[in-house]
Amino acid sequence: MNPLVRRVVRRSALFVVALVFIAALWEFYKVVGPEDGGALFGINILPRSNSRAMPHVWDMLSRYGRPELRSSERKIWRVVLAGAWFSLRLSLVGFAIGTTVGIALAILMARFKVVERGLLPYLVVSQTVPLIALAPLVVSWGGKLEVFGYEWPRWLSASVLGAFLAFFPVAVGTLRGLSSANPASLELMDSYAASWTQTLFRLRFPAAVPFMVPALKLAASSSVIGVVVAEISTGLRGGIGRLIIEYAREATGDPAKVFTAVFGAALLGLAMAGLVAAFDLCAMRNRPKEAL
Amino acid sequence: MKNRLLKRLAVGAVALSLVAAACGDDSDSGDSTADTTAATADTTATSDTTAAAAEECTEPTKVKLQLQWFIQAQFAGYFAAQDQGYYADQCLDVEIVEGGVDIVPQQQLADGAVDFALSWVPKALASREAGADIVNIAQVFQRSGTLQVSFKDKAITSAADFSGKKIGNWGFGNEFEIFAALTKAGLDPAKDVELVQQQFDMAALLAGDIDAAEAMTYNEYAQVLEAKNPDTGELYKPEDLNVVSYEAEGVGMLQDAIWASGAKLASDEAYKATAIKFVAASLKGWAYCRDNAESCRDIVVAKGSKLGASHQLWQMNEVNKLIWPAAGGVGAFDSAAWDRTAALAQETKNLEGKTVLTKAPDAAAYTSDIVTEALALLEADGVDTKGGSYAPVEVTLNEGGN
Repeated sequence: MNPLVRRVVRRSALFVVALVFIAALWEFYKVVGPEDGGALFGINILPRSNSRAMPHVWDMLSRYGRPELRSSERKIWRVVLAGAWFSLRLSLVGFAIGTTVGIALAILMARFKVVERGLLPYLVVSQTVPLIALAPLVVSWGGKLEVFGYEWPRWLSASVLGAFLAFFPVAVGTLRGLSSANPASLELMDSYAASWTQTLFRLRFPAAVPFMVPALKLAASSSVIGVVVAEISTGLRGGIGRLIIEYAREATGDPAKVFTAVFGAALLGLAMAGLVAAFDLCAMRNRPKEAL
Repeated sequence: MKNRLLKRLAVGAVALSLVAAACGDDSDSGDSTADTTAATADTTATSDTTAAAAEECTEPTKVKLQLQWFIQAQFAGYFAAQDQGYYADQCLDVEIVEGGVDIVPQQQLADGAVDFALSWVPKALASREAGADIVNIAQVFQRSGTLQVSFKDKAITSAADFSGKKIGNWGFGNEFEIFAALTKAGLDPAKDVELVQQQFDMAALLAGDIDAAEAMTYNEYAQVLEAKNPDTGELYKPEDLNVVSYEAEGVGMLQDAIWASGAKLASDEAYKATAIKFVAASLKGWAYCRDNAESCRDIVVAKGSKLGASHQLWQMNEVNKLIWPAAGGVGAFDSAAWDRTAALAQETKNLEGKTVLTKAPDAAAYTSDIVTEALALLEADGVDTKGGSYAPVEVTLNEGGN
């Protein structure tokens, strides 16, 4: 068997085993855990194990097979999948914007030391602004702002919030990567009288890839978080965030329902991480072993 | 070393001031965009009034209405007006904008993102006191729908029984009726009861974490009745519960009302004309929902509400009870209820000693002009605006509201 295929098979098998293990742990706690929660050292810390707080794994799974509402024909797995697909597209847009902005900033910062010193503190500050404070502001652009003659769509606001979280790791990681080129190689490029752009594309970027991949992984999950939080915060219809909050309202009567949406969000994160892993494989395939 | 630290501090200070300046710029540009949209709306509206005068509708006026939450029967009247073509009859093209966790409708209105917004009166008055130029043009809900729900064995039948109990409340300005009731019953909110911050659901009540939970008649109360009682294996029944209604306790504060921009009402005749038409069509929608609760439930479900059908019908019915019968006409202002709300908003202190308002709202905080003209339009149209013979329907809730 091809080693790549073997690796994929082994990883998927491990993933399934881990899932089964977590499910078993969940059910185990339901058996031994206190029905109404418990206190350790006077602090209420043990979660309740009753079925309203922790539905059985099979209840959650079977909930996927039943219709969302009694009045509708649509099974809940289709609704959740549709929601995840919607949010995935928003996350991808956010990820794309965030990555572009992040890499552009990193190039600027690597080119001009002054920019790095002036800009980097702002970037750090930007990440301390709470997303939920920003969300209503960005959402109110919808209907007020026009871009090239088109009205600013509400979903784009969610993507922008995803991008807002995603650009930071990309900018910092890429910057670190761009300055990681071997000094001897840089001198070699200098001796060829290579321009800065030539050095950038032939030497610095390839050297930066190992730093960019983990940054992109972070950015991928951040963009999902940004989009889901923005959906929850602003009530954007169609995505998984909206489903989570709508199903949470029914948690008293139908506790398994909200978990179906939460797992949908997890699936979304996995899909995004998978995309970056695929990029990783692509970008690193021709890399000589000693360069790693 | 020290020098570098100083430098960094200086950079930090500059950064902060720049951010502050940027924020300032932002709101300015926001205002100017709002102005331009207002100006465009102005021109279209003017051409529309002329069109309406000629009894035909070539280009409907675009109107945006901001809801407080997602699509649900609490807003059925507006969806019915849209679905039944009442807005179109008034030559309006209404876009109904859903709310969200962090969307403050009166703020969206003050920012110019929408033309009209729904909001509870105390919250909107607080925004008005803080400088938002918004005016209540129709008091749709005439009664308060807030309850305190508890299980029978806790024996809580009035606010006086809150003494020594764990009382759940939502906070975020939703707690003032509770405090008003406690004060009225002669209890000290800081000492005589244990106040517990409650999520916007009934989980804490069902789990026994709190003795009585804050609930809306049309939403959270139904959530209890849709949950299974683990002891009997059946749904909880109204007989299992005690309910304290803040309206009945005499401390109800006015809730859902339609708010408009004060500046535009004063300066823009076309906006005012649009407001009258919008209110008239919306109230006609509410009258439709009074007489056709099930049809309105279907309209709301078709709009994509994720709440179950029986929950939605329950909500429709309870919301109708808050609106109808409307002695002075639907949407009209009852000055006694208004004054009571304003007085409670000034007098009731929460745990931090804060009141909703620091001074009495000015007279311009609401205007009867719009709703009076709207009601005249509806009367001429033969719509029953008082609903004197209104009788609620019986709703059976299913598990999970399905």
